[in-house]
Amino acid sequence: MGECPVCGAKVPVGQGAVEGELLACPECGTELEVTGLNPVTLAEAPQEEEDWGE
Amino acid sequence: MKKIRIGFLHSLIRLDEKLILDEFRKRGDADLEMVDDRQITFQLGKDRHRFGFDVVLERCINHSRAMHALVIFESAGIRCVNSAKVATTCGDKLLTSLALKVHGVPQPEVRVAFTEESALKAIEEMGYPVVLKPAVGSWGRLLAKVNDRDAAEALLEHKSTLGSYHHSIFYIHQYVEKKGRDIRSFVVGDECIGAIYRTSPHWITNTARGGQATNCPVTDEIRDVSLRAAAAVGGGIVAIDLFETASGILVNEVNYTMEFKNSIKPTGVNIPGKIAEYTIRAARGEFDAR
Repeated sequence: MGECPVCGAKVPVGQGAVEGELLACPECGTELEVTGLNPVTLAEAPQEEEDWGE
Repeated sequence: MKKIRIGFLHSLIRLDEKLILDEFRKRGDADLEMVDDRQITFQLGKDRHRFGFDVVLERCINHSRAMHALVIFESAGIRCVNSAKVATTCGDKLLTSLALKVHGVPQPEVRVAFTEESALKAIEEMGYPVVLKPAVGSWGRLLAKVNDRDAAEALLEHKSTLGSYHHSIFYIHQYVEKKGRDIRSFVVGDECIGAIYRTSPHWITNTARGGQATNCPVTDEIRDVSLRAAAAVGGGIVAIDLFETASGILVNEVNYTMEFKNSIKPTGVNIPGKIAEYTIRAARGEFDAR
């Protein structure tokens, strides 16, 4: 379980989670990135950049 | 058999990347090392020993980081999927169009100009509507359908004034009336593994912009054009956007870090499994590097 850095809600982080994984906060909907696993830390996901894509 | 050592080059881990990682783990014949492009540093001339990968699978979100990292890995003698050549070509729509043209792959008319005046002249010669696209960009971002001269003048001025320099490489694409849908096909190596229709009431049908994915049967023509387009850009693992027209299938774009999470269910194809298998075969040298 992690904490949303925006609204403070508890965010469930599954056992198979990896660093860099994207999650959505179930309370405020903010897109979050898993930045650490032991302990679980979350940060706001980076904003889209001009060269992002496929 | 010796375990393969795979460098998984990434930034954010989206569902697409998670699915590929799961496939590698299920197979159990590869050791994965996560390589975050936000943390990596290179030491030119020493990177082969520093990394020691049999293969690098590129899954970055940033095109510029992907392209440069792949060039460096390959210069260190590490095989990459996709290759730096594929990334460089597919990451730039102008280079993609040139590769398609050289290989005789059907595509809509493309014109290129470097000034507002010459771009306007090219657009007027093509006839309205046309589509202005940034040469580097994805997910339908900053595409502009230009319906008349007023719009053309305004857009060209805005791009010149407000955009960074590469927005003044005016890449002008013939507008193709696609009647609410286009096709995305998936190529892995020498196989077209599936295709989807992308349907939207908007003229931009990217699933990133809300286009709905449904299965598209892979006809002989779709397979043929897709494989030829993939070969034109250098092969590997690519997703190809296709237009259906009265005169046949045309290639719109080729994507080298393909997103597929919305396409597994409609196609019924284990796309991440195909990617994992291809990567391991590449690492084992089962086919020529491309």
